[in-house]
Amino acid sequence: MTRHSLLTPRGWLVFLAAGFVLIVLLPAANRLAAPGGWLYLPDYLVPLIGKYCCYAMLALAMDLIWGYAGILSLGQGAFFALGGYCMGMYLMRQIGDRGVYKNPVLPDFMVFLNWKELPWYWQGFDMFWFAALMVVLVPAALAFVLGWLAFRSRVTGVYLSIITQAMTFALMLAFFRNNMGFGGNNGLTDFKDLLGLQVQSPTTRVGLLIASAVGLGLSFLLCRWIVGSKLGRVCRALRDAESRVRFLGYSPTGAKLFVFVVAAMISGIAGALYVPQVGIINPGEFSPANSIEIAIWVAVGGRGTLVGAILGAFIVNAAKTWLTGAAPEVWLFFLGALFIVVTLLLPRGVLGVMRDWQTRRAASRATAVAAKPVEAT
Amino acid sequence: MNAIALADPIADTAMGDTLLYLEDVTVSFDGFKALNALSLAIGKGEMRTVIGPNGAGKTTMMDVITGKTRPDTGRVQFGDRIDLTRLDEAAVANLGIGRKFQKPTVFENLTVFENLELALKTSRGTFATLMARLDGTALRKIDEMLALIGLGGHKARSAGALSHGQKQWLEIGMLLLAEPQLLLLDEPVAGMTDIETEQTAKLFKELAGSHTLVVVEHDMQFVRELGVRVTVLHEGSVLAEGSLDHVQKNQRVVDVYLGR
Amino acid sequence: MSRLKAIAAALLLLLSAVAVPAYAQTFEDWVRKLAADDFGDKLEAAEKLGDLGDGRAVPALKALSDGALYVRKSDGAALIQDGSRYFDAASGKGLGELPAADVDKVRVNNRLRGVISASLSKLSLFSADRATRLAAAKQAFANPTPQTAAALDRALRSEKAPEVLAAIRFSLAAAQVTAGEVADRVKAIESLAGTADPQVRNLLAAVLDTRDAPSEVRQAAQAALTSIERRLAMVGILENVFQGISLGSVLLLAAVGLAITFGVMGVINMAHGEMIMLGAYTAYSVQLVCRALLPADLVGYYLVLSLPIAFLVSGAVGVLLERGVIRYLYGRPLETMLATWGISLVLQQAVRSIFDAQNKEVANPEWMTGGFDLMGGFFVAWNRLYIIIFCFLMLGIIALVLRRTSFGLHMRAVTQNRDMAAAMGIPTARVDALTFGLGSGLAGMAGVALSQIGNVSPNLGQIYIVDSFLVVVFGGVGNLVGTLVASLSLGLINKILEPFAGAVLGKVAVLVFIILFIQWRPRGLFALKGRFVEQ
Repeated sequence: MTRHSLLTPRGWLVFLAAGFVLIVLLPAANRLAAPGGWLYLPDYLVPLIGKYCCYAMLALAMDLIWGYAGILSLGQGAFFALGGYCMGMYLMRQIGDRGVYKNPVLPDFMVFLNWKELPWYWQGFDMFWFAALMVVLVPAALAFVLGWLAFRSRVTGVYLSIITQAMTFALMLAFFRNNMGFGGNNGLTDFKDLLGLQVQSPTTRVGLLIASAVGLGLSFLLCRWIVGSKLGRVCRALRDAESRVRFLGYSPTGAKLFVFVVAAMISGIAGALYVPQVGIINPGEFSPANSIEIAIWVAVGGRGTLVGAILGAFIVNAAKTWLTGAAPEVWLFFLGALFIVVTLLLPRGVLGVMRDWQTRRAASRATAVAAKPVEAT
Repeated sequence: MNAIALADPIADTAMGDTLLYLEDVTVSFDGFKALNALSLAIGKGEMRTVIGPNGAGKTTMMDVITGKTRPDTGRVQFGDRIDLTRLDEAAVANLGIGRKFQKPTVFENLTVFENLELALKTSRGTFATLMARLDGTALRKIDEMLALIGLGGHKARSAGALSHGQKQWLEIGMLLLAEPQLLLLDEPVAGMTDIETEQTAKLFKELAGSHTLVVVEHDMQFVRELGVRVTVLHEGSVLAEGSLDHVQKNQRVVDVYLGR
Repeated sequence: MSRLKAIAAALLLLLSAVAVPAYAQTFEDWVRKLAADDFGDKLEAAEKLGDLGDGRAVPALKALSDGALYVRKSDGAALIQDGSRYFDAASGKGLGELPAADVDKVRVNNRLRGVISASLSKLSLFSADRATRLAAAKQAFANPTPQTAAALDRALRSEKAPEVLAAIRFSLAAAQVTAGEVADRVKAIESLAGTADPQVRNLLAAVLDTRDAPSEVRQAAQAALTSIERRLAMVGILENVFQGISLGSVLLLAAVGLAITFGVMGVINMAHGEMIMLGAYTAYSVQLVCRALLPADLVGYYLVLSLPIAFLVSGAVGVLLERGVIRYLYGRPLETMLATWGISLVLQQAVRSIFDAQNKEVANPEWMTGGFDLMGGFFVAWNRLYIIIFCFLMLGIIALVLRRTSFGLHMRAVTQNRDMAAAMGIPTARVDALTFGLGSGLAGMAGVALSQIGNVSPNLGQIYIVDSFLVVVFGGVGNLVGTLVASLSLGLINKILEPFAGAVLGKVAVLVFIILFIQWRPRGLFALKGRFVEQ
């Protein structure tokens, strides 16, 4: 019980099976199966599932900090959006002189604003490795500064939630400004190439789906490793009785900061994978409502389980895709009801319900087994 | 005769070096003085009981020592030169000062084993904790402690499922696994059965000498059983000090506390 | 054109009563000269007519400027054309239709137009309409010539209305500054020194720029300029302060209910903004009902009626919410946030379904529209002022409820130590429900107030909610003074930063400021202290 393995043998089986479906079966069903056949995965579903994978990564990050360390960040979407903007900046620079204004260096919106040269913070984003580095570093740096300030002065609970919400709100306001240099209201869009491949082409989309699935799998293993470590137990202890942890000599600041920064990095990567699949990033991604929604994905799946977060992200977003298409006016009622019902009636989420059901079945089987010998005698 | 009667055997024991020294410590909350120029010295290896009516400042005193509350004025010195008022709780704990709370506080959602694992004396750094692996020695220490506190059969249970007394023991176990120099114990036997109380007293007596203990207690029977020097707090400062018999004879103590 | 006729008729009617026969002769001559061939003559006539101060000249001058002045070929009389009919320019007598061959159009050029407009503005000084005279007196300021001065001087003698008199004196002084006796000029400058008008500043600066101005005049101008600049700076500050207080009072209105519920129950109600929104929609509905049922002169008071109704509507929703959802979540503040967020989504969508997603307009009643000029250039809008007053009134009432009623006492007790209060027999469940009702009801009233300064839409609550959260974080909980200080200072900081940083960056700066502030005081400005507070 001391050597915490990452997953149980059965867990590995499920993990590999899910990976096989996302990385081999679905791409094959799209690229190899005959269009129209029952095995065929339509093109529009590929980026959709890829998008869900990104959301699931975001949910994982949320579960890591909320489910395990008790930090309900209502600004997790900000890290996602920052990662997305970093990727968006790379994609913008890849457009080159194919924009409307044919400027080889400046993106269209800068030409439109009559800017003469690239701002310093856009430098380097023409190189993929740099952009990829920034996708991780920018969210991490913001999380580090904010987390350090907040955790050090023991801002916890709803105060922390409000501060993180204020952070994403402030970023949204800032990014809406044209002279911030991020395309203002419209954000960054009209992407052409990613690593020399056409962003819109079916092959690239399948590649992005695979990348997202791999990203999700690796994030899951990373989170598993963290929560299975002693630090993970310190986090759970923090969630339940922070002051007691201090009296044991652990600094909550360090532990929280660690998971907060890791979660921000995962969120940033999720955002970077998300942007080429949806083809746009705009300040709306910073909106506080988006961030709160992440919490409900996690809550629906089951907090503090990691698997539940992934499950919740897929369930809620599939429902969203279906409902906003079928009956858009119902969606907000549904989402609102979900928030209320899950917090009131299903505090442990879908996974909790499943586990309860399993234990009950196991228990009844045990009594049945126990009852048998009695019958026999 | 008189001199012998008045002499306090415990007061005269040589204290050796002072381990903990509070000088003129004042803490006020919105005008209310929880501690009022409190001065107190605890010797190395000493066991001290602190009694006093509700609101006398016992818990606030613990808070000040452990870095939870910053005093308005005054000094809290640990060992030769460490000023505790500059440190936070974690830093104080890492100096080897352990604290047990009035209400048993264990991590309810962690197992008994995990509770003890967290308490084990190891590096508390974030990355060290992330990479930490339990080796054989550590496992043995935890198992020994489980046996000592009588929870050997419960190590995989979640701590929240334990009885009140068991939680008290678990907390004491956690305290000891951290191998502190100074133990601050706030009503350690509250909610324990008589037998458990007796065991606790025995344990504390064993610990004294190699450890320094400050025990805050309401249970006079327990205080008597410990049989050590008693400090009476009242309205945030020391009212009397000496053996239990000695302070019980003190008229002012009788008035404010025991006489009621 | 018919309007022109009406003005002409009205003026004639008026002037027949106050006609001044002494220069009637000359007046007719000058009007006739307007139709002269020679531009020099026309210029002179236009100028003289202005100086005469006879209102009858207005239609003729206007006609000339609009190209509607004609000359009768037969006798050179000036005629005003209106459609196909003609009128005598001097007497206003109708002449009916005339053959086009009998008349010639009088031509104008830009220089003439300039003179005409100056004369017209001088003549407006003698208009029957007080507002026109006031506007003319103010406008005369921009044209400080000796002629203007003369017209103003004459108007001064006949004027009765005090505010017009003040404006005339002001403009007269300005006119006297530029020319005339040195002593008069100095006197005029000194009389202007007490104002705070950017126009006066420019005028005096122009005096300083003129090389030939006598040194006494220059000195006086310099002194007056300094005092005006100081005043202007003060007005600028006052304006900022007023706007800051105004914004602060809006924040206070939005946040005070939140602060109370947070203080008593330790939960953040994310649906608080929607309580505000419901209040605003209540005001909208009450307005609709009042328009349908009440006589027109009473409709303006619908706002007063909306306040208690909004309190009840939002308050009832609040109590419902507490009893139905929140009470099951006590001790789990983070879950409460999520559940109340869900409620806010449902409420927004419900309002969007019942009304629609369009902005609704809640009209300002007449007594809330417009404003007044407190001092040179410092304009105070009534609706802003009323909201400030309302806000403080509300705060006063809340303070009274908290201090003087047993419910208030219970609330304060629960805020400070819930367990102890429960042990003392205070019905904490009822206190919670009522507190939530009170907080929500206050939000409803805030919504009525906010409907007066902005649009009413389903998203109304979302606009204020982040700011109200910050007020609560900044001010600390369980303390009205904290909320007051926090909202006013946030309002002021916002408005003071705005001129330097722009509205958005100002806001971002405030957010950053608060994040840094909680470093220093994690529990807000006025946090409760003590052993029981932390857990």
